[in-house]
Amino acid sequence: MSVTNIAGASTAVRTKHGLRLSYIGARVLLYTVVLVGAVLYSLPFLWMLSTSVKPGYQVYKVPPEWIPEVWNWQNYVLPWQNLPFATFYTNTIVITVTDILAMLASSSLVAFAFARMRFRGRDSLFVVLLSTMMLPGQVTLIPIYVLWSKLGLVNTLWPLIIPSFFGGAFNIFLLRQYMMTIPLEYDDAARIDGASWFQIYSRVVLPMTAPAMGVVAIFAFTYHWNDFLGPLIYLNDTNNFTISLGLQLLNSRYIQEIQQTMAQTILAIIPVLVVFFTAQRSYIQGIVISGVKG
Amino acid sequence: MLGISGPAPGRAAAAPTIRTRRGLSQRQIEELTAYLFISPWVMGFLVLTLGAMVFSLGLSTFESDLLSETKFVGLKNYASMLDEPLFTKALTVTFFYTFLTVPFATVIALVIALLLNQSVRPLGLWRTVYYLPAVVSGVAVALLWGWVLNPDFGLLNQGLALLGIRGPRWFASEEWAVPGLMLIALWGTGTNMLLYLAGLQSIPTEVQEAARIDGAGSIQVFFNVTLPLLTPTVFFNVVMNIIGSFQVFTNAYVLTGGGPNNATLTMVLYIYREGFMLFHFGYASALAWVLFAIILVFTLLIVRSSTVWVYYEGGLRR
Repeated sequence: MSVTNIAGASTAVRTKHGLRLSYIGARVLLYTVVLVGAVLYSLPFLWMLSTSVKPGYQVYKVPPEWIPEVWNWQNYVLPWQNLPFATFYTNTIVITVTDILAMLASSSLVAFAFARMRFRGRDSLFVVLLSTMMLPGQVTLIPIYVLWSKLGLVNTLWPLIIPSFFGGAFNIFLLRQYMMTIPLEYDDAARIDGASWFQIYSRVVLPMTAPAMGVVAIFAFTYHWNDFLGPLIYLNDTNNFTISLGLQLLNSRYIQEIQQTMAQTILAIIPVLVVFFTAQRSYIQGIVISGVKG
Repeated sequence: MLGISGPAPGRAAAAPTIRTRRGLSQRQIEELTAYLFISPWVMGFLVLTLGAMVFSLGLSTFESDLLSETKFVGLKNYASMLDEPLFTKALTVTFFYTFLTVPFATVIALVIALLLNQSVRPLGLWRTVYYLPAVVSGVAVALLWGWVLNPDFGLLNQGLALLGIRGPRWFASEEWAVPGLMLIALWGTGTNMLLYLAGLQSIPTEVQEAARIDGAGSIQVFFNVTLPLLTPTVFFNVVMNIIGSFQVFTNAYVLTGGGPNNATLTMVLYIYREGFMLFHFGYASALAWVLFAIILVFTLLIVRSSTVWVYYEGGLRR
């Protein structure tokens, strides 16, 4: 086990006993720092949790009580009577689920062609694809808005769904990189057995790409579940709102009821946390892979 | 779809010898199928990227609300920015935010990663705790921090009060609103931390041990061995952070709407205001291009400078 940076001073100490002591001291210091940092990073969550179960009159108590005497679960229920939260969730789920499926289908098909098929212009098209990842969304924001508005689709969920059917440059890149690691002999064998290219894609390569597909699904999920600017621009009618817009509406309309806002915020992030904790391995791997290779 | 892509059974094996027997060769079928497969992306690229960019560039030379009147004005939208105090303000705010956030986020993420790399146990637990804030994003984070940074009843100022410090007014004050936004970004720096941690773990311990045997102290090892080997990760994170910081929007929109007195009017918020609230679509398009140009210049500057400070083990072709 290597001695820590913090334990750096320990090299100066000669005796075995002294070295041991300073090593333990360094470990204690290290764990203390890590723990204090972890507490600091967790406190905002705990603060939100504590506020969410407080009755209104306790929220503005100084100094604050972390565990309220009376637990007010109404904060979780009451906003559903004032605003159509069930609709917000339905809309968000419809958008998110469709987007994930469309994104997986389109991106994997495109990635398959780039990774495993020969066609003229492949490499230059791939460079074009990579370069689109650098383009900030603001430049195309207004023209795309104009397009949807001319098609009469503003204030529907479609502008938030349709783009996923065209694939995403980053996802195509990720899937392509993964598919490149699968030996081409599989395709040749399947071709000799008379499989079509689509069958090679769907029956041979896709099953082996499952881990990367999982990463894409997770990214798509978090992105669309949390998306704010898109819904903000395209959805005007409260009945079309997603949960992001619903939270913002709750906050602006009942600004003095911070305990209700906190309770609803917790409800809104639970699905994200569930996905994270169930798929933590591929989640973290996905981040690392996309960071190292991107 | 299957029609073109499915060669007749038995034909695949015969293909290499017989090139063009009836109609298309195997190679041609492969090529056409490939074009079909990439067609979703090609269509999306032509309409939603290339078409949109051309349209946006064109639109930026018009004065247009896209409803009543559209008038060609040449480069006036670009020229008039310079006389527009809000443009200067938005630019200042965005630069201030970016150059405050990126260095702090880089250092904090690196420090956390270094601490967690000292065989702290159980690593999974600590890593999750530090990473969790990055999982949550968007409006939820903004609302949470609006309450944490509440000047009178918020967690942070009450905590500071325990230490005898009178906390700033955060989003209610012009000076402290942007630092408030920075705190949110620092809390969510987990993705950077993960990448640094992965980078640190990929450094072979032999290199560090060799330096140690040669008599280097821990600090020397860090600055002369570990950090240089980590520079590719630093480079990637800094580039991504700069791009992201220049585009900050949700937190400013939800928490302050750009206030107080436009102290948090970021560029994207300014574009949103001009485009989607005032319907100055031409001017907003011009603003978007200026933002793009700024991001591009800074990215290129860092990429250029990287030859000096980023160490690639494989060496760099000159």
